[in-house]
Amino acid sequence: MHIMKKFNLITLALASLASTSFTSQAVELHSQIGIEARYFTQDPAQSEQTDTQGAIRGEFEFYWDLGGNGNNFIFKPYFRADSEDSERHLIDIREAMYLHVGDDWEVRAGVGKVFWGVTETLHLVDIINQTDQLAAFDGEEKLGQPMVQLSLIRDWGVLEAFVLPYFREADFAGAEGRLRAPLPILDEAKYEDDDEENHIDFALRWSHTLGDWDVGLSLFDGTSRQAEFLPTVTKDGLALQAFYPQIQQAGLDAQMVSGDWLWKLEAINRTGDLITDYTAAIGGFEYTLVGLFDSDMDLGLVAEYSYDDRDDAGVTANQNDLILGTRWVLNDAESTEVLMGFSQDLDYSDTQSLFIEGSTRVGESTVISLDAWFFTSDDPEEISYNVRKDDFIQLDVAFYF
Amino acid sequence: MPLFKFKTKRISTYLTAGLLTAALAPFAQAQTPEEKGLEIAKTRKATDRGWNNSEQDMKMILRNAQGNESVREMRSRALEITNDGDKGLTIFDKPRDVKGTAFLSFSHTLEPDDQWLYLPALKRVKRISSRNKSGPFMGSEFAYEDMSSFEVEKYDYKFLRDEACPVQPELTCYVVESNPKDKFSGYSKTIVWIDHKEYRMFKAEYYDKKKDLLKTLESSEYKLYLDKYWRAHKLSMVNHQTGKSTVLLTDNIRFNTGLTDKDFDKNTLKRIR
Repeated sequence: MHIMKKFNLITLALASLASTSFTSQAVELHSQIGIEARYFTQDPAQSEQTDTQGAIRGEFEFYWDLGGNGNNFIFKPYFRADSEDSERHLIDIREAMYLHVGDDWEVRAGVGKVFWGVTETLHLVDIINQTDQLAAFDGEEKLGQPMVQLSLIRDWGVLEAFVLPYFREADFAGAEGRLRAPLPILDEAKYEDDDEENHIDFALRWSHTLGDWDVGLSLFDGTSRQAEFLPTVTKDGLALQAFYPQIQQAGLDAQMVSGDWLWKLEAINRTGDLITDYTAAIGGFEYTLVGLFDSDMDLGLVAEYSYDDRDDAGVTANQNDLILGTRWVLNDAESTEVLMGFSQDLDYSDTQSLFIEGSTRVGESTVISLDAWFFTSDDPEEISYNVRKDDFIQLDVAFYF
Repeated sequence: MPLFKFKTKRISTYLTAGLLTAALAPFAQAQTPEEKGLEIAKTRKATDRGWNNSEQDMKMILRNAQGNESVREMRSRALEITNDGDKGLTIFDKPRDVKGTAFLSFSHTLEPDDQWLYLPALKRVKRISSRNKSGPFMGSEFAYEDMSSFEVEKYDYKFLRDEACPVQPELTCYVVESNPKDKFSGYSKTIVWIDHKEYRMFKAEYYDKKKDLLKTLESSEYKLYLDKYWRAHKLSMVNHQTGKSTVLLTDNIRFNTGLTDKDFDKNTLKRIR
């Protein structure tokens, strides 16, 4: 918890700086409050785990325009509280970012979020932010990352350089929580580097659009966002300790648009003194059928194949997997959408997962979502075995104002 | 040089009506309805050249067959591109759940358009398959292709007749049939009403692929900007097949606000407000 304290100090300092110097500027506020309820349909694998879980979250974006030219400051705090699992409580600064826009360059300084990549079902290249895996099971939510970012926008593409002075540890479900490893994970993490979370990471990315192609090349040097787990004996018995090694990662992402087709590829090579070096890739397509059956409905089809040369299903769930998805967009006034996905492990025929996510707007600005996830895994060697009993249905109501 | 633009000038001060008829008669006879339709389209485009860039606020009121309303608010920016389609950027303000979402498009006269969508919650710029032009824009009765800039090369034309303009019957309109060249258009044909004097579009009828009447658009509340450019402040689209309708209100139109190519860049999308 002392790590959060330090992080909060930095961001609070930034925030107070912002609020004192920009008081004359009008502030824009855009907020979201969400309530979610989860119901797990099976008996848990561990007796202390819950069957139902409720949570409330809030996200408040304050925006100050600093005299036009695109210069601005954004401050976006976030909170979450869970009815069962105290590890899921969180106060975070999603963003506290100052942006200065030059003629063909931009500087960002503070806390923020950066997305890299093109694929839909797995984000290999994306590495700047830690995933807030307790916020959303699909991995799309991120913790705020302290950074200084310089971007050069030139004819030959966009070059972005990042200095990342502070590392955010991953969050893991507590004993009462579902969707977790069978052993408890210790609060205290271990690091390869003596500077621990204060190790300064660097990243570089070049991206460019050439006609129908969007391409990106990226490099990262620093603390791995993905923890490895060390079995540890504690006074309460066996536990796992998160270990964050130093890594170097080179990434490639490419996308080509051709009529109704979008072709996508992401590949990474990751090396480090204390990790098994590996190469992983994901590729596939997205195809959209517009105006299905003479209606306003669009049907998007996604197929992606993921590969990881560690070839060890114990460390990655995506070593040889095929994922098929459909996205039904009704194009109605309520913006109703239904996403369905099916994932099949090609090495372990019994390992599958299925998800359905539906959402629609009610009234002016309330969005109701119903998500369901189903997992099958028979093989204890496969990482998905951990969640084999964690099928769940989740209802989420989000108010925007 | 556009014959019809010429015709709208005060030729009558130099020529008697009889002389004019005699002078134009050979051209009128030599011109097929297709040629005349193309000429009208070219003049319509020519009268709207040179505005460089503009910004405007927009409000869409969506009504379903039961009369329930839903409102969208957005701001749009446009950059004129000579010899190709224009560049456009739309930023959504309402509904609040899509606030900050931005849509960038480079329309092209003959090739498919380039389109990107910025999703602020994910900080992700997503490329969109550009054939998606017949789909509804934000759940409204306007399709993406209805919102894109008018380009002469996108259609084949046929002049049908002259008649009193809809909305403003004191004016005379050319009634022209346009057939989209793009097979991914949602329409088999469009019939447009364009006034003789200022080449403003007052009405359009959209026919679906089965050649049935699908939608009718009426443009009204035209205002003149920079002494040259007419802009409609109200567009009403009615879908005859579903009973749904959308009114698009435009306000706060500004020209030459200093926008450049850099404001219509995929990278700029990430910091757009």
